[in-house]
Amino acid sequence: MSHQPSRRAAIVTGGALFASAHLPRIASAAGARDPRLVVIVLRGALDGLSTVAPIGDPDYAPLHGALALGAQGANAALPLDGFFALNPAMTQFHRLYRARQALIFHAIATNYRERSHFDGQDVLESGQSAPGHTTSGWLNRTLAALPSGARIGPRGALGVGVTTPLILRGPAPTLGWAPPFIPSAGPDTATRLIDLYTHRDPQLAEALRRGLETDRMAKAAAGDMGRPADYNGVNGMRMAARGAAQIIAADDGPRVAALAFDGWDTHANEGGATGRLAQLLGGLDAAFGEFEQALGPKWRDAIVVAVTEFGRTARINGTTGTDHGTATVALAAGGALAGGRVIANWPGLAAGKLYQDRDLAPTTDLRAALKGLIADHLGVTASALAASVFPDTAALAPMRGLLAA
Amino acid sequence: MAAIPKSGFIALNRFGFGARGDGDLAAAASDPRAFLLSELAEPGAALLDGPGLQKSQPALKAFFEEQDQRRLARQAMNEAAKAQQAPQTPPPAMAPDMTMQLPAGAPKPPPAPPSLEQAAYRAETMARVQRALSARAGFVERLVCFWSNHFCVSVSKGGPVRMLAGAYEREAIRPHVLGRFADMLKAVEQHQAMIFYLDNQQSIGPNSRAGQNRNKGLNENLAREILELHTLGVDGGYTQADVGALARIITGWTFVGREGKAGEPGAPVFLPNFHEPGAQTLLAKTYAQDGRAQGLAALDDLARNPATARHIAAKFARAFVADDPPPPLVARLAKNFTDTGGDLRALAATLVNADEAWSAPIGKLRSPYEFLVSAARATGFIPAQPQQIIGLLNNLGQPLWAPPGPNGYSDASAAWATPEGMKARLDIAARIAQRGGDAPDPLALLDQIAGAAAAPETRQAIARAESRQQGLTLLLMSPEMQRR
Repeated sequence: MSHQPSRRAAIVTGGALFASAHLPRIASAAGARDPRLVVIVLRGALDGLSTVAPIGDPDYAPLHGALALGAQGANAALPLDGFFALNPAMTQFHRLYRARQALIFHAIATNYRERSHFDGQDVLESGQSAPGHTTSGWLNRTLAALPSGARIGPRGALGVGVTTPLILRGPAPTLGWAPPFIPSAGPDTATRLIDLYTHRDPQLAEALRRGLETDRMAKAAAGDMGRPADYNGVNGMRMAARGAAQIIAADDGPRVAALAFDGWDTHANEGGATGRLAQLLGGLDAAFGEFEQALGPKWRDAIVVAVTEFGRTARINGTTGTDHGTATVALAAGGALAGGRVIANWPGLAAGKLYQDRDLAPTTDLRAALKGLIADHLGVTASALAASVFPDTAALAPMRGLLAA
Repeated sequence: MAAIPKSGFIALNRFGFGARGDGDLAAAASDPRAFLLSELAEPGAALLDGPGLQKSQPALKAFFEEQDQRRLARQAMNEAAKAQQAPQTPPPAMAPDMTMQLPAGAPKPPPAPPSLEQAAYRAETMARVQRALSARAGFVERLVCFWSNHFCVSVSKGGPVRMLAGAYEREAIRPHVLGRFADMLKAVEQHQAMIFYLDNQQSIGPNSRAGQNRNKGLNENLAREILELHTLGVDGGYTQADVGALARIITGWTFVGREGKAGEPGAPVFLPNFHEPGAQTLLAKTYAQDGRAQGLAALDDLARNPATARHIAAKFARAFVADDPPPPLVARLAKNFTDTGGDLRALAATLVNADEAWSAPIGKLRSPYEFLVSAARATGFIPAQPQQIIGLLNNLGQPLWAPPGPNGYSDASAAWATPEGMKARLDIAARIAQRGGDAPDPLALLDQIAGAAAAPETRQAIARAESRQQGLTLLLMSPEMQRR
């Protein structure tokens, strides 16, 4: 475990230590900067251990079993810092990481400690300390908390999809854009429904199964890969990201956007370096790439961060998947970042180190990382962050040093 | 009723359009039969009117006038094209664009205003759906759907039917849904929409004055469907001779054309010049009346025919209770129909009071229309534009007032449990779930719409969903929402 000390050394536990070294960039270069912030919500709980694998932790491979990524072989994980390695589906993100334009937070979680998707997403998006608050989201309140004179606020924020995600709901103006295709139910939803019908209604199970099969064949025959029927497929993520990126790239466009990608609830046949999760990660990877490409020179002053409601079990379950867990990863990319780092206070995966003997233990509060990004990137004060953006977090200092000097 | 624990659920779903949210299920469960019977007892419960909804005669007249204007405009354009090419007007200067250009989904230039018949169809669709959404149980609206489908017309026949389909339902169906079958039958067969749909305006008695002057004659279409579909049923004991006799009996039943020769354009009318003179023999009975009275007498007798009672009873039970309804239930409904002289409120009450209607397994698949309405009632998701509702119904395979034939949409579950139909439902359920701005908690919603009738498997599937949207999609597609 020689890597543990270096993990610990990399963490940024509070503002005090770094405050002098990392004054908010906005203060030193006010007027010159034109920051953009995109938040991607991954609904369903991302398996952080299969996304950014702690291959240097000797307990990882035995625990994560068939899903564990390895450093060797045909589908070897992409090396990050010797201890962590990236899922091989994320080649673009890996390139950005090596260019010091991508940051990874590991063993990170919101303050929510139960395992309900709905409640977990409420906490993640509302920025409140408990579920049940669904009137406004922290990204919307961030706009309201911007210093007067900031150029961002009046432009509002962009919500991608047919409905405004909770993270973006609230008093500040938002505008909506949906990819120009009719979203259909994703394959995961169809699988779950067929499972329900199989138990309850065999006639409907058979009808739906044949309907989906016919639909699949028709699409295959048409070679219709460029026009996804599925919002959450790889192409769907790519198209949603491309559209959103083009909108926020406009000089008079909004500077803040939120997207939500579904499908991360990998209870069965999750796959590791290849398979279902790897496919989804490929879509997310493509989305990062689309933002970089569409923003062009503006990428230099942009941050795209992907977050999820919680992680998944460290051990795999009986159906070669993982169940609801606790800590996971958050992924950020953008030219504004001081990237090329995995920020983690690594708790280890040894017996006794797991949270409730099943999950990666949370050692970093996601809100500290988000507060750090917002404070230094958008110039929101720590007191405003604690008062309105993430209420009741005065004791949780914004993580400093995340942005390039 | 205490012996049937799901009775509140059955009252709302088998008879109605499902719960609207919190409270409906409890209200229905406290006394399920009274819950339904009270809706039947409301005065005018089936009637529908509202701003923008036109009566048939002025609507048809306006349709004629617009057709004439379009024809004139086409002629003028053709003539202008023949003449020298019109001087081109310069394109308007670009207004400074203050709005942001979005790569897609940006506001498009406003579409051309809809035609009169399109506008009427949209307004009537919206009014019908709104009524179904606001109804307490929706039993009366389900009865309207049943009778409207029994006496269906199709907008695919052409502009006049599209113009009149909604008005037809409001004028010929709704006033009699809780009244007498014979009155509905007579209103339907004289209505402009039905006359046009089944070609009776073209049917001319061979020995009538018009028949002798022109080389035109009888059209049996409406007469055949009256016997086969509207009254006796295909096995109702009639012959081809009876079809011919009824066709002759109803010659002259038409509406005033665009020229207004016989009255206000678009008004229903009896044209003596089209009517086959003399007595006719239908089902071994001679009808010697003059004019329209001959046909009205024939329809009254058809309404009283025991074959009609059996046909209606079987169809009614199949539509509400089961694809193969219990024979004793059908027999009881037929007897009630006969005993009451076709009192349709009594028929509906008989169904409510029949034990079979409560004990039959929950096996009927909702029609697409029922699915859409019940999903909207459950979630509060209501498309703002009638075009959206029309589009959803088209996608689901049940365009409103547009069945493939005069036998209407099928009452059988198998007709709807198709692969493409279920795939379409799933996609639309996902869209509804994604649209809910404040997506309701799907587990709480399951309790509201199904309560104790919810199966543990459904509860578990929803609880395990990876997002509210997915949970809501699964709820909308669950057997609790699909079956009734």
